Amino acid sequence: MSRFDLIIVGAGIIGTACADAAAALGWRTAVVEPGPVGGGATAAAMGHLVAMDDDMAELALARYSIRQWQAFADLPAAEFSRCGTLWVARTAAEAAGIDARVARLRAAGIYAQVLDAGDLQRIEPLLAPGMAGGMLVPDEAVVYPPGVARHLLDQALSHDAQLYAARRVQALIHHGVQLDDGTQLHGRVLLATGGQLPELVPELPMRLRKGHLVISERYPGLLQHQVLEMGYADSAHGQADSSVAFNVQPRPTGQLLLGSSREFDADSGEVSPPMLQRMLQHAFAFMPSLRRLRALRTWTGMRPTSVDGLPYLGAVPGRDEVWVAAGHEGLGITTALGSALLLMDLMRGHTPAIDPAPYSPARVMQ
Amino acid sequence: MTAADTIRLHVDGQPVEVPRGASLAAAVAHATPHFRVSRNGQPRAPLCGMGVCFECRVQVDGEAHVRACMTPARDGMRVSTHD
Repeated sequence: MSRFDLIIVGAGIIGTACADAAAALGWRTAVVEPGPVGGGATAAAMGHLVAMDDDMAELALARYSIRQWQAFADLPAAEFSRCGTLWVARTAAEAAGIDARVARLRAAGIYAQVLDAGDLQRIEPLLAPGMAGGMLVPDEAVVYPPGVARHLLDQALSHDAQLYAARRVQALIHHGVQLDDGTQLHGRVLLATGGQLPELVPELPMRLRKGHLVISERYPGLLQHQVLEMGYADSAHGQADSSVAFNVQPRPTGQLLLGSSREFDADSGEVSPPMLQRMLQHAFAFMPSLRRLRALRTWTGMRPTSVDGLPYLGAVPGRDEVWVAAGHEGLGITTALGSALLLMDLMRGHTPAIDPAPYSPARVMQ
Repeated sequence: MTAADTIRLHVDGQPVEVPRGASLAAAVAHATPHFRVSRNGQPRAPLCGMGVCFECRVQVDGEAHVRACMTPARDGMRVSTHD
C-alpha cells in the first residue's frame, strides 16, 4: 500500500526528526532518501547546539529545540558532550556587547556568565593573551549529527515508518509524490530537502552557502569548550559574499573540529586552499598554538540558506498539502527537534509552543 | 663510535644511544619493541618507514603525533611512545 499520513522527502537531521515525531504520533509515515541518511548538510555540520541571540525568532526556536535535545544526553549514538560555549571578544568594541548578550540569554532562560581576560586564560589556556573578555554558556553541548539522524530514523522505523532508500522524488503529484522508479506515494508531503528545495518548490528562494571544516588528530584534554568569536554572528548573518569566523570544538575523541567559512554561490564543493588558509589564519589569531596541531582531514558542506536566515516551516501557500521544513542554514542541528514538533502541531491544528509566524513560508511569497 | 658520532636521548624515560643520523624510529626500536597502542588496544609499530602509514607516531618533547620514521634523532629528545 502506498497511502501515508505523511511522506517526508529527505533524511537529513530535519527529515529524520520529523519522521521520528510523526511516527511517534502513530502516523503512517514514509521517508524518501536517495543518498545516505544524514549525508548532506547534516554530515558537514559541527553539531553544536547553540542559542544565537541576535534574532529573537531564531533564539525562540533554538531555545525550544535545545530543551528537546536534553533527552539525547545519554544516548551513545548522539555522542552528546556538554562542553559549553565560550564566546571570546578580541576588542573592547566586541566586549562592549557582552553584558547585553548575557542579559538576553538569561531573559530567555539560558544561563550565561560574563568572563574577564583572566577567566578566559584560566579556563581555556590555548587562547592568545590579551583577549578583551568573554561569555560562557555552560550548558550548551555538541552532538554527532549523522549518528543522531540515523537514530531518529531507526526510531521512526520501529514505529512502522517506511523508508524508500536510494529513491529520489521525481515530481510532486496531486496529494503525493512520484519516485524515480515510477512508484507513486499518496498523502500529505513534507519537503525536508534543504538546499535542494527549489528542485520541487522553486517559488521558495534558497541559496547554498559553502563552509569549510578541518579536523585534527587526537589531542585529548587540550581544549575544553566550543569556542567562538563574539563577532561570529556578523559572519553568520552578514550578507558578504565570503567571510570567516573563529569556531573550534573539542570532539569527545580528543580531536579538534575547526571552522568556519561562508561563501555564497560557490561554483564547487571542493576544498578551496585560499579560503582554508584565510579561515586558519583567522583562527590562529585567537589560538596561536593551533598552528602546531596536525590536521587529519578537510572538507566542505553547503548550508541551505533562506532569504532571511530563518527556516521555512509550514504549508507552502498555493499548493495542496505540500509542507516544508528547510533552510535552517548553519543552525539545522540545533533547531531540528523544535522544528519537527512545531510542524507536527501545525499539521494537527494545535497551537505550537512557540509562535510559528516568523518561520511561515508565506512571508517570502507575498 | 666516538662521542661526537653518538646521539643520546630518552625513550619512555630510558636512556638510549644511537649513531648520529639515525631516525627516531630506530632509536625507539633500540629501546623497546613497543611503539604506540591503537584506540582499540592493538600494538602498532613502524610499517612503511616513509611517512605514509602514521603507525610510528610518538610524542617528542610534549608534541604529539610526530612520525618517528621521518624524524632524525637529536640529542636530549624526550620521547614517549604514548602518542
